[in-house]
Amino acid sequence: MRKELNILIGGEAGQGLVTVGELLTKALVRSGYSVHVTQSYMSRIRGGHNTFCVRTATGDVHGPDKGIDILVALNQETIEIHQDDVLKDGLILKDKEISLDKQGLVDIPFKDIAPSTLFENVVGLGFLSAIIGLAQEMPEGCIKSVFGAKKPEVVQKNLDVLSKAYDNASQLGLEEFKLDKPENKPGLMMTANDAIVLGAMSAGANFCSYYPMTPSTGIPMSLNAKGAAMGIVVEQAEDEIAAINMAVAASYAGATAMTATSGGGFALMCEGVSLAGMTETPIVIVVGQRPGPATGLPTRTEQADLNLVLYSGHGEFPRAIFAPSGPEQAFDLTRKAFDLAERSQGPVFILTDQYMADSYRRVDPLDIDASQETAKPLDSCPDPQSYERYAITENGVSPRLVPTLGEYLVVADSDEHYPDGHITEDLKVRVKMMDKRLKKEDILRSEIAVPEYWGPETPEDLVVCWGSTLGPALEAMQKHKKGTMGVLHFSQVWPLEKEHFQDKLLSASRVVFVESNAGGQLARLITSLVKPAESAFILRYDGLPMDARYILDRL
Amino acid sequence: MVAIEDYGEFETAWCPGCGNHSILKAVKQALTGLDLKPHESIFVSGIGQAAKSPHYLKTNVFNGLHGRALAAATGIRLANPGANIIVQSGDGCNYGEGGNHFLAAIRRNVNVTLLAHDNQIYGLTKGQASPTTTQGHATKAQPRGNPSNPFNPVAVAVAMKANFVARGFSGMIDHLADLIKQAARHPGFSLVDIMQPCVSFNKVNTFAWYKERCYEPEAHDPHDWSQAMNLAVQWGEKIPVGVIFKGDRPTFEDQLPHPTGDLLYHNKVNRGKLKEIMNSYA
Repeated sequence: MRKELNILIGGEAGQGLVTVGELLTKALVRSGYSVHVTQSYMSRIRGGHNTFCVRTATGDVHGPDKGIDILVALNQETIEIHQDDVLKDGLILKDKEISLDKQGLVDIPFKDIAPSTLFENVVGLGFLSAIIGLAQEMPEGCIKSVFGAKKPEVVQKNLDVLSKAYDNASQLGLEEFKLDKPENKPGLMMTANDAIVLGAMSAGANFCSYYPMTPSTGIPMSLNAKGAAMGIVVEQAEDEIAAINMAVAASYAGATAMTATSGGGFALMCEGVSLAGMTETPIVIVVGQRPGPATGLPTRTEQADLNLVLYSGHGEFPRAIFAPSGPEQAFDLTRKAFDLAERSQGPVFILTDQYMADSYRRVDPLDIDASQETAKPLDSCPDPQSYERYAITENGVSPRLVPTLGEYLVVADSDEHYPDGHITEDLKVRVKMMDKRLKKEDILRSEIAVPEYWGPETPEDLVVCWGSTLGPALEAMQKHKKGTMGVLHFSQVWPLEKEHFQDKLLSASRVVFVESNAGGQLARLITSLVKPAESAFILRYDGLPMDARYILDRL
Repeated sequence: MVAIEDYGEFETAWCPGCGNHSILKAVKQALTGLDLKPHESIFVSGIGQAAKSPHYLKTNVFNGLHGRALAAATGIRLANPGANIIVQSGDGCNYGEGGNHFLAAIRRNVNVTLLAHDNQIYGLTKGQASPTTTQGHATKAQPRGNPSNPFNPVAVAVAMKANFVARGFSGMIDHLADLIKQAARHPGFSLVDIMQPCVSFNKVNTFAWYKERCYEPEAHDPHDWSQAMNLAVQWGEKIPVGVIFKGDRPTFEDQLPHPTGDLLYHNKVNRGKLKEIMNSYA
């Protein structure tokens, strides 16, 4: 019996390994196991070497791990690349035509069981599910819900293949890979991108314009697929420049608007970010990071666009940047992002990365009913004739009305403007307007999602991380032999208030900044506010996600 | 009834004699002719002297970034199906910096009207060649003559079967007002390319130059695409003005999976449906 298993499925793009992986993960989540998926794929649609790695456990699981318990090889190359990572008591499942002389091998008769190559992935699913001890109805149920939209005979054929695979696998007599009973209830299986979509919809998002770019495309794609019935408009723009201009203008016209992109696309959007700042228009921008510069490694992961997002747009204006650690936080912070964008009338960012975008996790049901509604523009005006879109107010926030809803006029301008929105070169007005806009940062500062801390009261090594590196950092802490390590995680990376973290930073013997980039971008921001006595860096920029061993080996 | 005075009188930043003054007059005439109250329209513009036009009107305005007016107008249209949306900007803004958005707007057939002030020169930045400047035309920035072939927006719009394509002249105010009215009424994307003099920086295409050449073709059927194409490419000694082409492609908004007919602002979150969607992740 196992408490934890690390299962890696490898093969070429187009062999159906993602289908096997997703069905297996769904079956695990429905059974109550925790999961952590790391997907690695190449920038091509067919061929190449791709992997889908599911780490599953009876209790919680925080991040990816090295060392494979079960390797499922859909091709020869997978064996060659990964055989040395298979643990001593591990297992390799492979097609009998794939050659390898090694212990712990099980040949799966893919071709004998599957009526055609189309069904080979379900054979793999059946063997795998049977070997790890999932009741047959779990993968069955997943096949029904995933293939349910297709013809009933397709579902039945898949179920027949699954059944044969279970029969075959039971004859192997493999007992040592069975998982213990799970500690959790059945949950939902989702990525951070899925959680962002749900968070956006629950916050009332009804407009998303985008230009496709890995790893953020999934967000508008599923907003389109799932949100159409709720009246959400999703538009594929001609480029990222159009995407952000459309979204900002739709927001001006009363929509609750967002866009999603990645570093390269966001580079094009920077001018539009500045437009949102000047016209004081709310907009939520999701930036899914991947390695750069330029096109970099299009399908791998990195956390190197914090600086780009922080300094994006010309001129000065307030902004907030969230960096959720996983799906649950992504849901909550997306709702918060929409609310804050409206209340501060400007751009709010959600920074994710490829690793988190593609990593399925087990999640408890989310608070869809979320009692608190997010802010919206006003729907009426007491005195339409004297309405001014940029009226000077104490907190810098002017009443925002929706054009054409009443007899007032809404004049918004990218040029410097009077309170009524019309352009001016009066330099005194300029200063007043700048002060008004910058004043809104007070709202953002009063609403910061404060960094969270785990670990002993006064740690020797304080690991400081942000976004998706939380899971690996927490696992490193649990595995840390001396137990003197603590973890401080920033789920919001701008604005920062040193009161929220200076005690922790100053009381630790050493502060270790753990980031998936080469420059320690958050470290620079933090140390500009608080200087720890001693600091060190664990930086990763090979395109792979951070993991606990990587941290522990370098601590 | 709406009166011209309802649209206000403003001091402008334009040179005396600039074609923009007449275009502004024609716009006001068209709006009153359409009996639209100031708050029923949204004017969208980019950057440049032409793009300042909406500031000299009492109306809703979104004056965005250089070249991006059509992208912005598309977002506004998708959020607001009912407003009268007019985009107003120059040749540099719409056809240069915003060229990709111009093509996309025609392809989408968003229901907006584009008034392109076309003076064949960059006025705000003091006299460089624009995408519509004639080849060989010498400017401060192109002293040996503009080496590029000019972009013909009318021909491109007709070639792509934009729903409404017209060419106007700022010197023919009543005629222009009528074109704007027709364009605003016509569903889908409408282009009115408006020839206008730039008294400061274009010494070639002057008021007199245009006046000499502009003519209204007799017995032109704008539904006839081949005839329209012939007129669209006519440029030189004689330049045809008026409605060049009329199409009937369905508008972009009407093809949305769920045309609401209402402002997106009124869209309420359907929690029941959302719960169903969440449960699909189980």
